[in-house]
Amino acid sequence: MSVKLKIFSAMQQIAEEQKVTLPPLRDDLALQDTGFDSLAFAILVARLEDDLGIDPFTIAEDAAFPSTVGEFIRAYENVPA
Amino acid sequence: MSQPDVLALREYLGPELKGRTISDARHVISLTDILGYSCLIGRYRELSGRSVLLATSGQLQSALAMIELDGVARRMLLCPPDLNPDHIEGLLAGAEIDAIVTDRPLHRCDDGAHLVVGAGLPERPGAGWKTERATEWLMLTSGTSGPPKIVGHTLDGLAGAIIADGAARYQNATWATFYDIRRYGGLQIFLRAVIGGGSMVLSEPKEATVDHVARLRAGGVTHISGTPSHWRKLLMSSAVADFSPRYVRLSGEIADQAVLDGLARAFPHASIGHAYASTEAGVGFAVNDGREGFPADLIGQNRDGVEMKVVDGSLRIRSHRTARSYVGSGAPQLTDAEGFVDTGDLVELRDERYYFVGRRTGIINIGGLKVHPEEVETVINRHESVRMSRARSRRSPITGAIVVADIVLADGTDAGRHETIRTEILSRCNDALAAYKVPAVIRFVERLDLTAAGKLTRADA
Repeated sequence: MSVKLKIFSAMQQIAEEQKVTLPPLRDDLALQDTGFDSLAFAILVARLEDDLGIDPFTIAEDAAFPSTVGEFIRAYENVPA
Repeated sequence: MSQPDVLALREYLGPELKGRTISDARHVISLTDILGYSCLIGRYRELSGRSVLLATSGQLQSALAMIELDGVARRMLLCPPDLNPDHIEGLLAGAEIDAIVTDRPLHRCDDGAHLVVGAGLPERPGAGWKTERATEWLMLTSGTSGPPKIVGHTLDGLAGAIIADGAARYQNATWATFYDIRRYGGLQIFLRAVIGGGSMVLSEPKEATVDHVARLRAGGVTHISGTPSHWRKLLMSSAVADFSPRYVRLSGEIADQAVLDGLARAFPHASIGHAYASTEAGVGFAVNDGREGFPADLIGQNRDGVEMKVVDGSLRIRSHRTARSYVGSGAPQLTDAEGFVDTGDLVELRDERYYFVGRRTGIINIGGLKVHPEEVETVINRHESVRMSRARSRRSPITGAIVVADIVLADGTDAGRHETIRTEILSRCNDALAAYKVPAVIRFVERLDLTAAGKLTRADA
């Protein structure tokens, strides 16, 4: 499974647990329009760290948190695993 | 100087009760004629009035030395097996130790400044000690970080709950505990055995559960005590099937409904009680109705002279069973101005019953919202496939921390069911807990470690 698919799958899982209705996931979807709150993103980042072995937001202290789904995915793709 | 009004342990030991013993894995010692023998070697007659460090490798030698020196020594500092050697020097100074009783060479301490006396089995003729004073019993707090604090008790206070229970009803009891008797919880059980006129089977470090249970059965153990974590571990073992105590006691951690129900199923003929006690606050109370938490009417003054109140959510206790003080220069105050010990254990009132929710120092902070790991574990432990769980904090770049859970499943749980169980646990947590308390990640683990005091290891606490 590609990184992107893993991220989408984890997001769908969390949306189900948190009873959040996710809009169709596209690269240009703003993270604030996903319906995820900061807790949901915290869960997503923790699970992706377990799954992919990286947490790009802790590694790069100066990295701004992404604002779109596409940027979020690239943060994972750009870190050498 | 003779103080006939002071009772020491020797007053509870005499030839009139036959067949009393104390045993570990290697030795069985008769308590019936113990006063006729001495376990001390060397210049032991000089121990009278001294401040003595009891530093023995096993519990048995410490037990025998406590019996011999209570009422003789000025102080006895009980040295638990896991004591960090770096802390010994500070403790010697803090407790003004001038004598050491030990069964091993303590080169660090044998500097001429201390009288060093050997400890062995009671094989020499008794020293004929008389009770001369109320010995101070010093023990160490079991905190995980930094040097332990020295807590000072008297036998009178330590035995308060035992006397209140009516010690004589335990005359035919054989006691055991998973604890080490050189810590408060274990010492309570040792004292119950000695003062109540019974016998005792000591635990052994690193002994396999099945071997321990075999010794408990062989020793005829009827009354046994441990932390909820100890009991959860025992319930995981098939050895439990052959064991049938009459009284099962839990203390030292929150006894949730799941562990109480598990014990009731495993020991249908036992009465099961959970007690609240700490090294500083002493024994507060015991609850025997099989339910978690405690009745709200225990708050206030009870008939045993224990007074409890709840301030800022934490349980405060004032009684003659609490420790006298912390010992050592610069030691903090143990009680507030009114004599109450703040236990740091937080409680919540629901329907005329108080429930423990966790320790003030163990709170996980999720973006400013507080979570007690214990409240999460209580929900997880209700799942029938779960044997033990630990909720803990994990760093998060977004909320500062999140809650994650490590879970031990029952033996023989099909790995193919893990995902189903994970979903079920998450869904129960979602039903019972606020969203930020629900574990973000659940990990299934083979085992969870306990501290030397028998409590779940909480590295982040």
